[in-house]
Amino acid sequence: MQSIVVENIVKTYCVKKTVVEALKEISFTVEKGEIFGIIGPDGAGKTSLFRILTTLLLADSGNASIDGFDVIKDYKQIRNRVGYMPGKFSLYQDLSVQENLEFFATIFNTSIEENYDLVKDIYQQIEPFKTRKAGQLSGGMKQKLALCCALIHKPSVLFLDEPTTGVDAVSRKEFWEMLHRLKLQGITILVSTPYMDEASLCDRVALIQKGEILSINTPKGITKDFKKPLWSVKANEMFRLMNAIKENTEVESCYPFGQYHHVVFISQENVKEKLEEIARKGNFTDFEVQLIEPNIEDCFMALMKE
Amino acid sequence: MRVLKFLLQKELRQIFRDKATIRVLFIMPMVQLLILPLAADYEIKNINLGIVDHDHSEYSRNLSNKIISSGYFRLRDYSPSFQQGIHAIEKDKTDLILEIPSHFERDLVKENEATLFVAVNAINGVKAGLGGAYIQGIIQGYNQDVRMQWIQFPRFDPRPTIEVTFSDWFNPNMNYHVFMVPGILVLLVTIIGSSFASNNIVREKEMGTIEQINVSPIKKWQFILGKLIPFWMLALTVLTFGLTIARLVYGIVPLGHYITIYIFAAIYLLAILGLGLLLSTYAQTQQQSMLVSFFITMIFNLLSGLFTPIESMPVWAQMITKFNPVSYFIEVMRMVVLKGSGLADIRYHILAMIGFAVFFNSWAILNYRKRSG
Repeated sequence: MQSIVVENIVKTYCVKKTVVEALKEISFTVEKGEIFGIIGPDGAGKTSLFRILTTLLLADSGNASIDGFDVIKDYKQIRNRVGYMPGKFSLYQDLSVQENLEFFATIFNTSIEENYDLVKDIYQQIEPFKTRKAGQLSGGMKQKLALCCALIHKPSVLFLDEPTTGVDAVSRKEFWEMLHRLKLQGITILVSTPYMDEASLCDRVALIQKGEILSINTPKGITKDFKKPLWSVKANEMFRLMNAIKENTEVESCYPFGQYHHVVFISQENVKEKLEEIARKGNFTDFEVQLIEPNIEDCFMALMKE
Repeated sequence: MRVLKFLLQKELRQIFRDKATIRVLFIMPMVQLLILPLAADYEIKNINLGIVDHDHSEYSRNLSNKIISSGYFRLRDYSPSFQQGIHAIEKDKTDLILEIPSHFERDLVKENEATLFVAVNAINGVKAGLGGAYIQGIIQGYNQDVRMQWIQFPRFDPRPTIEVTFSDWFNPNMNYHVFMVPGILVLLVTIIGSSFASNNIVREKEMGTIEQINVSPIKKWQFILGKLIPFWMLALTVLTFGLTIARLVYGIVPLGHYITIYIFAAIYLLAILGLGLLLSTYAQTQQQSMLVSFFITMIFNLLSGLFTPIESMPVWAQMITKFNPVSYFIEVMRMVVLKGSGLADIRYHILAMIGFAVFFNSWAILNYRKRSG
């Protein structure tokens, strides 16, 4: 069963007479119980999409439905069955952890006790601080509380807008573990993130850039679509190395990636030799070159170029 | 209903947790009610008087003494020439000069006629107007005395005289406190009603918490009522607090019923809170809502009839006061406190206020959108 259906959604904003297209004819579907990642840089249109699907924003054209309910006509039903966690922490900072949770349970006509088993795993981690004001929690704790509040009415679809932005690596890992446990409960999760490494944790991902979807596939499928071999090189003078490689007309793309440069060639013959020759000509020392498996970020970079 | 109860509980919790705001809420009326009525007094006393006496006669001395002993004037300057007298005005030493020409006594006795010259510093219009009027009254009285002394009247005075005596109804002692305190109390309640509620909603916008509310199945009216009721209660508490101060400190006991005041205040606050809510649906930041509500309440207050009588305003300004809820409440307050008016006497005011309340609140509810376009 399809949990989220998005068809040709268009959203434009008028900023001082210039029209900005935030979403250009976006379409995708999400199966029930799937973790679907929307991966894209800042300003790609992720938040606009989330706000349309959570009935907070009206699209200019196109249809969207959640669990078969239309986002425009049946917004009342949708509000009962979705959980939304905005990118910006937006709980009451002057209320305590417990008071926040109680409040959000009540406005959805339920109580903490009723759905305690759903949030138990997460809530137990912040329970020691339940009398503390939400504003005084650490970043990771805030996200856990926000997730609890979004879950307390047992939503069938969960919208998480950049839940891990600004959260440390350990908390990010914990957060994703929680999402996988929620998935087991049959909750559909739509999650957006600017971090490419989190894409591999989703069941399927949509790469989005400037309001357009570049590709929708499983993380493995996306990396499999990366047809050409990818080379990773390293030397003592990285910046000069990049310029030297880019001078070669046979190079399709070269971009920095952590400690290495990732290089793709147009033709695939004797690539290793060509790279070594560049290194020899430029008198680079500590030169390393190896063939590597592409990851999501490489695919994203390649798709962006197309 | 359960949702509304929790909304109210949450709202009150937040209000009482914000200690600074609560303190301001109760200190502000106290300070304003204890200081403002004492300062805002229309009666002008201690007008600084300069006398330029060219005559130095018994008559001119008598006149000077009579003016000084009236209690309204303080003799600050006694110059030999008008030039020097004007200099004293320029240095702000005196507000008013009385010039008595030479031969004042002679002219008065011989020709039955003499002239005096009064120059008033009109920078402060109220002081100038009242000072001029006071001194004129005193000189007239002096004139009367002089005539009485001289003329041997026939049995009946051939000149028709009209003597005017005053009786101040509703405020027999012309006590300004009775007049000002209820009015100032109205301003206080207005400020609380219009800015606190609107700021509160805009704060939710700024914090982003309104998104979480909007995405929930909560109803518009529940949300608006959840915001309206706490501040309505708060403003009524401040009103009670203010009426207590008025009673204990100034001994103001309304001639009418407290219930009449409360019934009107309850409706009035619905109107003012509605205005605040309306502002909040337009404002995006707390600065915006503060600035706009400050601007509106200032206009409302200046055109409320508290400081200057509405009847003496130009016609266009009088028209504006018809659309000013504050002027209605101030009038009602004075009617109830001073005249002892009952509900029947203020029925038109109540009707107008219900109109304001319905207008502002429906506009606010219509304009509050859970989703944007």
